[in-house]
Amino acid sequence: MDWLIGFIILVIKLGVVLVALLLVAAYLVLVERKFLARLQIRYGPNRAGKFGLLQPIADSIKMMLKEDIVPAAADRMIFLLAPAVVAMTALLMFAVVPFGNNWMIGGKKIPLVISDLNIGLLFVFAMSSLGVYGVALGGWASNSKYSLLGGIRGAAQMISYELSLGLSLVPVVMLARSFSLVDIVNAQADYPFILVQPLSFVIFILSAMAESKRIPFDLPEAENELGAGYHTEYSGMRFGLFFLGEYVHMQVLGALTAVFFLGGWRGPFLPPPVWLFVKIILVALVMIWIRGTLPRLRYDQLMALGWKVLIPLSLLNIILTGAILLI
Amino acid sequence: MTEAIEALKALAIGLATTFKHLFRKPITEEYPEYKRPLPVRTRARIILTRDPDGHERCVACYLCSAVCPVSCISMQSAQKGDGRRYATWFRINFARCIYCGLCEEACPTSAIQLTPNFETCEKDILKLVYEKEDLLVDHGGKDKQYCFYKYAGIITDIGDKGDHIKEDKPVNIKSNMP
Repeated sequence: MDWLIGFIILVIKLGVVLVALLLVAAYLVLVERKFLARLQIRYGPNRAGKFGLLQPIADSIKMMLKEDIVPAAADRMIFLLAPAVVAMTALLMFAVVPFGNNWMIGGKKIPLVISDLNIGLLFVFAMSSLGVYGVALGGWASNSKYSLLGGIRGAAQMISYELSLGLSLVPVVMLARSFSLVDIVNAQADYPFILVQPLSFVIFILSAMAESKRIPFDLPEAENELGAGYHTEYSGMRFGLFFLGEYVHMQVLGALTAVFFLGGWRGPFLPPPVWLFVKIILVALVMIWIRGTLPRLRYDQLMALGWKVLIPLSLLNIILTGAILLI
Repeated sequence: MTEAIEALKALAIGLATTFKHLFRKPITEEYPEYKRPLPVRTRARIILTRDPDGHERCVACYLCSAVCPVSCISMQSAQKGDGRRYATWFRINFARCIYCGLCEEACPTSAIQLTPNFETCEKDILKLVYEKEDLLVDHGGKDKQYCFYKYAGIITDIGDKGDHIKEDKPVNIKSNMP
């Protein structure tokens, strides 16, 4: 009986989180288009519904109704599965993100996190690494030179930036003394880690943007040189899945930034999930702002930034943090 | 090190610039609500004009049809009892028209003219085939005063030979021998 109740609660939590993630992903596209437009002194979409609020619905209907084309020379099985890998890994990453403190309902403790893994951070990195397969294999299976180039670039970029992403979080783990995201948030009860780890924060944000292939680092899709890169050959809902994965990834990275540096769901007055949401949106807005400002990096600049700047800096940061913790 | 500082400074300047633009009023002209006044000579929807007396200007000379790069103009010429030529039917396929304005340039009588009205979209492509009655208007367009038959040496109800503007009376070729 107890087992059944726990199972039902888990399913409800999964459903709520999944719906919220997908809905926010859809509206994040609208937010991005509107905000980017304002940065470029335009209005952005404002025709579908009031202020363009129905635009995401119109877009998703269009995506679903479009023909799903598989190129004749493509490796069919891999081609069909690759988008699912991208979307799924992005969604799974959110499983370890805590979005509130424990709730007590009828004397039963309900933790507001889908799964409090004690190696949550490693799980995040594992999922993030698996996401590379979606990009690389999708590009390869399309059997088009642009897709292949995009896939290769994606793999190279994501593997490079995974290093600095991981290294930038080592100081956070050292401060919180745990790999569990719940414990990391609890360790920030007094102050958010951004105050003591500003360098880590910057490195994390940069690497996160590279991981989610956002504009200064969007070499894998590079519209004007590769014609959408690894998803050139995709259409319909499969392209939609890539798109969805990208925006869910953006949300997850926003949530992770919040969890690791901004105190997670902690904040005065508002309920915890709302605080997490606000922080996710803030990070997303900063990412869009940067997108509206910077041009795409050249490939060698991208690699130089990753290997020659971010990784040494994060290593230095680890040593400094370790020294301070020892004293 | 100085390089890094300079790079950060450039980054900050860039971010500040875009941030300032966030508070500017968008320069977008929202089309169906706001229609920008177009110059008189904007090339769009084609009309067939009339001269000041209200007669059709078109003399069905086929020049526009011949010059049209996409062959979207077709007509059939005929002659009225008073000597005027006219088009029994005149058809422009706007689904093909590229609005180059060559027909207007070729027209010897200022009959065919392009107007700034570009809002001629139709869902049914066949509705874009305009017949003579759709094209004819009851004004002179850009060239209000011009009347072809007042200058051309053609015998019509406007005048006999020699009655036209800047035209001499016909001479007897037998009487002006040296």
